[in-house]
Amino acid sequence: MRGAVRQGFVSVIRDLRGGELRVLVAAVTLAVAAMTAVGFFTDRVEQVVVMRSAEVLAADLVVRSNRPISDLYLRQASASGLQVATGTSFPSVVVAGDSTALVDVEAVSENYPLRGQLRTSDKPFGQSVVASSVPQPGEAWADAKLLARLGESPGVTVAIGDARLTVTRVLDYRPDQGFSFVDLAPTLLINERDVAATGLIQPGSRVSYKQLFAGDRAAITDLRAFVVSRLGVSERIRDLSDAGPEIRNALTRAQRFLGLAALVGTLLAAVAVAMAASRYASRQIDTVALMKSFGAQESYVLKVSLAQLATIATASALAGVVLGYGAQAGLAMVLTDLAGSELPAPGLRPALGGAALAVIVLSGFALPSLVAVRRVPPLRVLRRDLSAPPPSAWTVYGAAAVSIVGLLFWQVGDATLAGWLVLGLLVLLLVLAASAALLVTVATRIRGSAGAAWRYALAGLARRRTSSVVQVVAFGLGIMVLLLLTLVRTDLLVEWRAALPEDAPNRFLINIQPDEVQQVTAFLEERVGEAGLVPLVRARLTQINGRTLDIDSLASERGRRLADREANLSSQLELQEDNSVVQGAWWSDTGAATGQVSVEVEFARDLGIKLGDRLGFDVAGEQFAAEVTSLRTVQWDSFRPNFFMLFSPGTLDPYPTTHIGSIHVTPQNGPDLLELIRKFPSVTVIDIDAILGQIRRVMDQAATAVQYVFLFSLAAGVLVLLAVVDAGRDERLFESALLRSLGARRSQVLRAAMIEFSLLGVLAGALAAGGALTTGTVIADRVFQLDFDGNPWLWLAGIVAGLVLVGGSGFLATRTVVTHSPVAVLRRF
Amino acid sequence: MVLESSRLTREVSSPEGNLTIVDGIDLGIARGESVAIVGASGAGKSTLLALLAGLDLPTSGQVTLDGQDLTRLDEDGRAALRAQRVGFVFQSFHLIPSLTALENVMLPLELAGDRQARAAALTVLERVGLAERAKHYPRQLSGGERQRVAIARAFVGRPLILFADEPTGNLDATTGERVANLLFDLNAEHGTTLVLVTHDQVLASRCDRTVRLDAGRLA
Repeated sequence: MRGAVRQGFVSVIRDLRGGELRVLVAAVTLAVAAMTAVGFFTDRVEQVVVMRSAEVLAADLVVRSNRPISDLYLRQASASGLQVATGTSFPSVVVAGDSTALVDVEAVSENYPLRGQLRTSDKPFGQSVVASSVPQPGEAWADAKLLARLGESPGVTVAIGDARLTVTRVLDYRPDQGFSFVDLAPTLLINERDVAATGLIQPGSRVSYKQLFAGDRAAITDLRAFVVSRLGVSERIRDLSDAGPEIRNALTRAQRFLGLAALVGTLLAAVAVAMAASRYASRQIDTVALMKSFGAQESYVLKVSLAQLATIATASALAGVVLGYGAQAGLAMVLTDLAGSELPAPGLRPALGGAALAVIVLSGFALPSLVAVRRVPPLRVLRRDLSAPPPSAWTVYGAAAVSIVGLLFWQVGDATLAGWLVLGLLVLLLVLAASAALLVTVATRIRGSAGAAWRYALAGLARRRTSSVVQVVAFGLGIMVLLLLTLVRTDLLVEWRAALPEDAPNRFLINIQPDEVQQVTAFLEERVGEAGLVPLVRARLTQINGRTLDIDSLASERGRRLADREANLSSQLELQEDNSVVQGAWWSDTGAATGQVSVEVEFARDLGIKLGDRLGFDVAGEQFAAEVTSLRTVQWDSFRPNFFMLFSPGTLDPYPTTHIGSIHVTPQNGPDLLELIRKFPSVTVIDIDAILGQIRRVMDQAATAVQYVFLFSLAAGVLVLLAVVDAGRDERLFESALLRSLGARRSQVLRAAMIEFSLLGVLAGALAAGGALTTGTVIADRVFQLDFDGNPWLWLAGIVAGLVLVGGSGFLATRTVVTHSPVAVLRRF
Repeated sequence: MVLESSRLTREVSSPEGNLTIVDGIDLGIARGESVAIVGASGAGKSTLLALLAGLDLPTSGQVTLDGQDLTRLDEDGRAALRAQRVGFVFQSFHLIPSLTALENVMLPLELAGDRQARAAALTVLERVGLAERAKHYPRQLSGGERQRVAIARAFVGRPLILFADEPTGNLDATTGERVANLLFDLNAEHGTTLVLVTHDQVLASRCDRTVRLDAGRLA
């Protein structure tokens, strides 16, 4: 046993020195390097994306309570190196001269916010700038609506309880302001040190306390566990899972893009590994025959092969992880500028993943051909034409398929995307194989009427049927994946960005009273643009099919949270274009009888609501019910008012209603908005520009990351081409020598090879373009829910890429083949 | 003389300095003559054959094949000459594994642009007794059958000179003898000049003349 291991190890070291193993080790190393670089890199990018998303909490983790929170958590957090901040909020009345207004006082400590930034301006709806601190003691920042209600401007001194504070800035945005469709009292942001001076916090006051934490992911996880185990009765934890659905949507998409790009590199590298391994195995045949003729048994040879694989895996995993780490460090330097902050250190997981990948790729793509070598008959030492029976197709394809599926799920972590990719690959393989076979038939037919080089090239293509099909499939796959990446990187990203146009609504208007709807609509149409106001009723979902909703029995945490609060209900006659019915029928198609409700599909799943269920609601003590007649999907990031539950017209009429709407405003519209809230004092304007900007930043970072990942995939693609050409090199060397000894001129051999490679390239390129278009369209439709119009230039790009890549590498490979002296080559075989 | 060499020398460089494999060979072979080149392993037999056939270039000296000085022709010129005048039979057959027996035999004619390649190839295959094996691939043939296909390929272009490098070296005695019979029969039928490298004294004795090489020199 030890002898076999030693022999395997020594032979790998020797072959590495001799260059025999260069392509195989390079392919595995590149696979590992690409994957670990992507792993390390996406790990860090994901942390940044999570940090961006954390802005809506102003922290990574927040603990809230309506009673003072002990400083136990703060001490624990500071001890583990986390940043901390605290806040207190309570409703109050401010007085300025003769005017008074109800406000929501937000008192915050230094460091607030831990994630995201405060923005202020010097006059209402003025130029917004980022604030570098919180208000100083004795100062306050008021939002534009508060100043409008008070009829004052910055500089005014206001009284809150016993304290006197000077309003120094207009507060435009704070990260955790959130937005809900209820009428919020305007905010007054003050320093927490002024709270005591107000004298407003007394036993029985309605006060909300919060502690904010941010920092290292592991420390946050630990802190969360620490807090959960000690959580007081009134204390609640909020973390990233509470971020709004639009942020989560953007995040999921970003992760899918990254996963897809990483996957492509992996698959390409795996193809290269398979080709290189089969060549390495065929080069082992003589050694194995010799060993067996000296008495080595198959089991011994098998051990040697396994030891070889283990050595190759260890060497390439080590090299790959080191390379990958180095590569991502360089990339991260570039991204740090884009992220505008230090990237957190990558975790160890990608390194372990890289080592596992080396084993998976070698087991799936190299093991079958290497272990088959043990069956070479010893007679090979006398009869050089004898070879090992090839490994059974089931073993080869089975091992590869298991590895691919494993890699897909590991890398994408998304069954839908993985499933569609597998389907796309399968269809492509079938189409490529069938088309290659067709070409072979056509080539055989037209062969007789062509010139000598053409005839030999066509004959060569036709006669090397299997190897032609394999090459078309390998090249086709490589080019398709490269094209697909181009598609994903540009077209799909463009489509995605187009789904969020520049003139997407950036202000929400809420709390518009029924008698103001007409006037507000007219005002907006004249000054700003169409607002499309929709009615809003606040209600609590109480019953499903006559049974009281038992919140604690719901399986999903999100479901429990959603069921626990008042829901926003609305009614519509026509379905908005950012909604689509997936089950049941929309009522404008069925007569629009009252008493119907359409439920958002994920909300329905979380609360266990099905089509045909009867839902009971409570609106301020009054009960009503409606039947679920359709389930909808909603594009949350369209930034139009959207609702989990929509009712048929008339259903909500008897209940207290306000209206809401969304508009797109430019900086020039500032005075119009000011006039709007003066004219209609109950109306509140919510700025969602910041949220939009946040989503755009997430997209930009994802796009940048995909571009970097693309570079690795490109390198893997080139390696596949090298492996393919290299795998065919021995055969070409032999044939070229033989042809020339039979009297073929150098140019004849070269021209024939060029024609053959070019035909392969054109076929592979055209089929790759078709495959990429199809797969791209399917992925766009099924995974990203985008419409994707295929780019016709893709066909040309595919064919040119095939011609250049296959023809070019074929030329380079064959050029050196014909310069070898025929006699020297013949002696080697 | 259809094939003539003068002061033919081939040296290769090795770590111990230049090594002379073929050392000043003067040889003349007449049309239709059959010549066996014999000698111990490493005596330079195969190198001499490669030089005579223009597969390799001498370090010094010259080779004239059918009146043309091979050393003055470039690689493609020598290839063109081979296409018209020369046939080969190799020890390990050297059939192209992805081509059928018939296609292997057609190859030299196809390279020369002969439109009747298929018919001519079939005729020769019939002559070597393998017409029914025309569509078989090399791996489906026995060693003797493979060498018969190789012989058919060598004769299909009606070469002036046939070079054979240990043609029976990879075959058992009985099969080897049958293949040798075929080789000499076809040689007689076509009036081909035969240059044969072999270890086999019996085979050598069937040739008109035997040339013995010892350490690169004629013995």
